[in-house]
Amino acid sequence: MPTFVYMTRCDGCGHCVDICPSDIMHIDTTYRRAYNIEPNMCWECYSCVKACPQNAIDVRGYADFAPLGHSVRAVRDEEKGVIAWRIKFRNGKKDLSLLAPITTKPWGKYIPQLRDVPAPTQEQRDSQYLYNEPKYIRMDDGGIHTLETNGLKIVEGVQY
Amino acid sequence: MFASNPFAALTETISAEMIQGYVILMAILVVGMTIYDMIHKKSAKYFFAKAKQAEANRVRELGAGDKIGIAVKVATVDVATAGEFCNPMRRISHMLMMWGFILFIVSTVALTFAYTGEAPAIVAQLWHLGAIMVMVGGYWFWFFIRVDVSAEAVSLFRIVQADLFILSLLGTTTFGLLWSIMQSKGDAMWTTIFLALFIISATFLFGGVLWSKFAHMFFKPAAAFNKRVIKADGSRENLPEDFDLTSSEIQKRYPDIPEYMGTNPSYMGLGIKREKPKHY
Repeated sequence: MPTFVYMTRCDGCGHCVDICPSDIMHIDTTYRRAYNIEPNMCWECYSCVKACPQNAIDVRGYADFAPLGHSVRAVRDEEKGVIAWRIKFRNGKKDLSLLAPITTKPWGKYIPQLRDVPAPTQEQRDSQYLYNEPKYIRMDDGGIHTLETNGLKIVEGVQY
Repeated sequence: MFASNPFAALTETISAEMIQGYVILMAILVVGMTIYDMIHKKSAKYFFAKAKQAEANRVRELGAGDKIGIAVKVATVDVATAGEFCNPMRRISHMLMMWGFILFIVSTVALTFAYTGEAPAIVAQLWHLGAIMVMVGGYWFWFFIRVDVSAEAVSLFRIVQADLFILSLLGTTTFGLLWSIMQSKGDAMWTTIFLALFIISATFLFGGVLWSKFAHMFFKPAAAFNKRVIKADGSRENLPEDFDLTSSEIQKRYPDIPEYMGTNPSYMGLGIKREKPKHY
């Protein structure tokens, strides 16, 4: 199910219009409220759900974490720097309540000054590593970790 | 000029009873069409059904005192100061329009019913001030704030149904003010033209409730009240709870918080709200 807007909550601020990667959130021509103009083309990416300051937009959860159409609501509290999720079963029983950081530093500060960083060497350019790997993915103790190096095998339905 | 009652001179050509009849007719249209709109769209039915549905998720019962407190907050924050708006410019523009419109309507009723002749200067001044406030807020909104123009890059001259309310409101106040100015200047032709445009705009404004967003001034406070109630009674429309990040219990439940943000996370600023939505 694509996004839909609770008209009583929306104030037509335009944040969802601005952020939608498919450009399908628009301002309704009758009530000046946001609406999804092309539900078939909605990726259900949650961008507008998280961006809406009024929590006016709803969308289903993906079947892999919300089978049988749970209610999935998100509140992205930027001032606190966290995102909270609440997933409820259709029978009303609360199933899952999640909270995760979305930033550890105030917005707009501590922006990396990449122009001050020395240019990568030829060896780094030819390497498979991305910028700051392995340092920032805690792999400075050798090569890339794989299932194999950890003695694991792929088992269907298991999260690693 | 601003101290004289523009309706007083009008009674020389149109009887006071006729003017009063028109005002009453407009009031009946607003009430009738709002009720019809509510029945037609089943908005009241939906509203109460949703409130009933939320009862199952309540974590605490609200007393009469709580509800009165919420109603006071709705009246002072959400209604009187348009607190629901995230965009401060839009909030100011909305307040100018709302309070200007209230001044304009109340003083119109006073000038047409209580003082059919010469009115106290303050009442006439409030009528003109109301019109000016609506025009400042309204034209600011129309030219600079509208999302479909400022963010969606839609042409400034595209007119859609959603514009019926704002345009008829601006027409009523603008032509009303111009009518008053021309009347004080003694220009008979322009006085008649602007009076006709004033009446046409007002008829569209009050007679178009069914097709415009006029009725939002009655529905929005109810929605704002409901929004505060579901927050206060914990039903929250299935939204996540409001977490206190400094609470040791929360930090124990969600260890990512103290690990990445520390035990006393700081205020992170406005994030996306720092910027106007205009990335096109």
